[in-house]
Amino acid sequence: MSGKLTLEQLSITRAGVPLVALDLSVAPGEVLTIMGASGSGKSTALAAILGTLAPAFRMTGRILLSGRDVTALPLHKRRIGLLFQDDVLFPHLSVGDNLAFALPPQLGGRRARQAAVERALEQAGLPGFAPRDPATLSGGQRARVALMRTLLAEPCALLLDEPFSRLDADLRAQIRSFVLDRVRDQGLAAILVTHDAEDARAAAGRVVSPLGIALSP
Amino acid sequence: MTGTGPLRWAPGLTLCLLAVPVAAGLIGTLVPAFAQDAAGFRALLDWPGLPRAVALSVGTGLGATLISLVITLLLVASLWGSRVFAVIQQLLAPLLAVPHAAAALGLAFLIAPSGWLARLVSPWATGWTQPPDLLILNDPLGLSLLLGLVSKEVPFLFLMALAALPQTDMARRLNVAQSLGAGRTASFAIAVFPSLYRQLRLPLYAVLAYSMTAVDMAIILGPTRPTSLSAQVVIWMADPNLTGRSTAAAGAVLQLVLVLGALALWAGAERLGKPVLTRIAFAGPRAHGLDPAARLLAIIAGLLCAGALILGLAGLALWSFAGLWQFPDAVPANLTLATWTRAAPDLVLTGGVTLGIAALATLMSLALVLACLEAEHRFALTPGAGAIWVLYLPLLVPQVAFLPGLQLAALRSGAEGTVLAVVAAHLIFVLPYVFLSLAPAWRAWDGRIAVAGLALGATPDRVFWRLRLPMLLRPVLTATAVGLAVSIGQYLPTLLIGGGRIETLTTEAVALSSGGNRRLIGAYALLQMVLPALGFALALLLPALVFRNRRGMAVSG
Repeated sequence: MSGKLTLEQLSITRAGVPLVALDLSVAPGEVLTIMGASGSGKSTALAAILGTLAPAFRMTGRILLSGRDVTALPLHKRRIGLLFQDDVLFPHLSVGDNLAFALPPQLGGRRARQAAVERALEQAGLPGFAPRDPATLSGGQRARVALMRTLLAEPCALLLDEPFSRLDADLRAQIRSFVLDRVRDQGLAAILVTHDAEDARAAAGRVVSPLGIALSP
Repeated sequence: MTGTGPLRWAPGLTLCLLAVPVAAGLIGTLVPAFAQDAAGFRALLDWPGLPRAVALSVGTGLGATLISLVITLLLVASLWGSRVFAVIQQLLAPLLAVPHAAAALGLAFLIAPSGWLARLVSPWATGWTQPPDLLILNDPLGLSLLLGLVSKEVPFLFLMALAALPQTDMARRLNVAQSLGAGRTASFAIAVFPSLYRQLRLPLYAVLAYSMTAVDMAIILGPTRPTSLSAQVVIWMADPNLTGRSTAAAGAVLQLVLVLGALALWAGAERLGKPVLTRIAFAGPRAHGLDPAARLLAIIAGLLCAGALILGLAGLALWSFAGLWQFPDAVPANLTLATWTRAAPDLVLTGGVTLGIAALATLMSLALVLACLEAEHRFALTPGAGAIWVLYLPLLVPQVAFLPGLQLAALRSGAEGTVLAVVAAHLIFVLPYVFLSLAPAWRAWDGRIAVAGLALGATPDRVFWRLRLPMLLRPVLTATAVGLAVSIGQYLPTLLIGGGRIETLTTEAVALSSGGNRRLIGAYALLQMVLPALGFALALLLPALVFRNRRGMAVSG
């Protein structure tokens, strides 16, 4: 299910100014970090991989996932999971319904879906949290639910958009290792976008700038 | 982004649904007006009441618009952020839902010589034991009509201003201007008013066009001989012989020209006002002395507007339950359900028809508006200025100018007098309001929710139905309530397209107004007011109930 994520001569310009120039592959289980200050083209690279780039940008190159060309596919068909800076849990759904939303439709039957949700909550150390209102959870609990929701959708690769930057310092290390451990366990190719060198070091993979220059964290 | 499909066509289709009937209706009105060597115009010019009717239309229209604008600006300028402001806001907001006819009837019951106000001060203060022989209601100058229009347009403009304020950055601009030494009124005029006015322009134009041409309010509150031009056009249309129809068409064309002229005049005044305001700002006025007076005036005007409507509506309610209520008595001698029980079968039937038409027109509008907004989101469309003007078209073109033409078309096609034709006519007026009510909240929705949903593999349709629509339940229900209220209040479209055979609470209330049965009028007008109010109450209660265990969905601000 998981596979290699390849950015093949991906180049993005805006009004002639190059913002992104990447030509690389991320192996399953590897976490590649794209690091740069805000406005450096990090979020542009992210939007390109997701397929949500605004029309003002000009993009060339291809994005391949497990050998499949996803460049022209809409976001919901790409099978690329995403973790935001905030958890972006759906505020009108319970914790359990948030997780169930991510389950593939092929997983039929109320019982089976409920069991899958409960299993995910147990792995996150949140057993019995299904009926809870997400707004009543702590920041760390919300971050864990958000990751489990992303994983339940069975993505082939993962994008991490500064997912730790809003967390308190003590919580940060804990959530970071929780996320990175899961990524390696599941053997997902992951790209972490961050401006924080500490996050990059923890990811323990290659670090590049949006223009493809290798950096040492 | 996700290809094409029928959704891509929703905005175009919706704009056509608004523009085509207005344009076709206008043509259908123009043609008979100029037929037979413009016989209609000759009859119109021969009508001795013409100069007065024209003066009334222009006078009450411009007057009501200007007064409503000034009151709205005074309220926002001098009271915004204060406790009084919150009170006035709470009083005015629900009054927006009151249909024009009910508001006019309530006001009529209040200010008539035998009305509640006279009763409250008689005989102890006035010595009146009989209703005085004064022409307060239907006064020849149209002052009571003006009062009715202002009391109904102030809530509308006030809420439009409230909706526009967040985009004007009012709090910070006022702070800066005041810290530079200017008084509050002067600060508002220089730092906030220009950007606020830009947002109020189209609503103001709609108020101007409406105030010049309102038929139901003019029938209830306006002068009788002659009536305002629009009311006279409706009288001519009911004329069984053919000359009546062509005179009506000519009158409608004249009314259209008058509205266009008044709009041009208003737009001209805007152009003149701009350099004046710039020069005033350059002179750097402090005008601290203005503030207490402006504040007092704002409080008085705001409370008068709200008070007139609320007292009037209370009077309507009281009359519908009144037993014996002789003239100088301030309250009825006894209360009874007799009026309601006697009228119950008619009320249920008429109320059912009213609600049915409103529900159909609103649901169709809602579906179209949602399709438009979703298409805007999915295909990254940005509506141009032209689209906004088309949206306002049915509110700017006088109803009497294009509905007669539509009626003719309905008559020819055999659709006249059917419920569906009335629903279609209501749709033209309901849709713009539903759109204006829903669009800001829809567009302000956090787009990352959609990205998160799509990244989880959900289709755009699933994101719409499971995430966006339920999360926006509150504004969707509010827009629904607005749509219902607009449809319930429609008079002319129901009367003309219904061919007099479709009776709603509004057409019945207006028809009854010329008779003297205050108890029955009270019952019809009260029900006409209660139905939209129920809609708004549900729009408030349902989301609170559905999301009672969701803190993230609580009302903020």
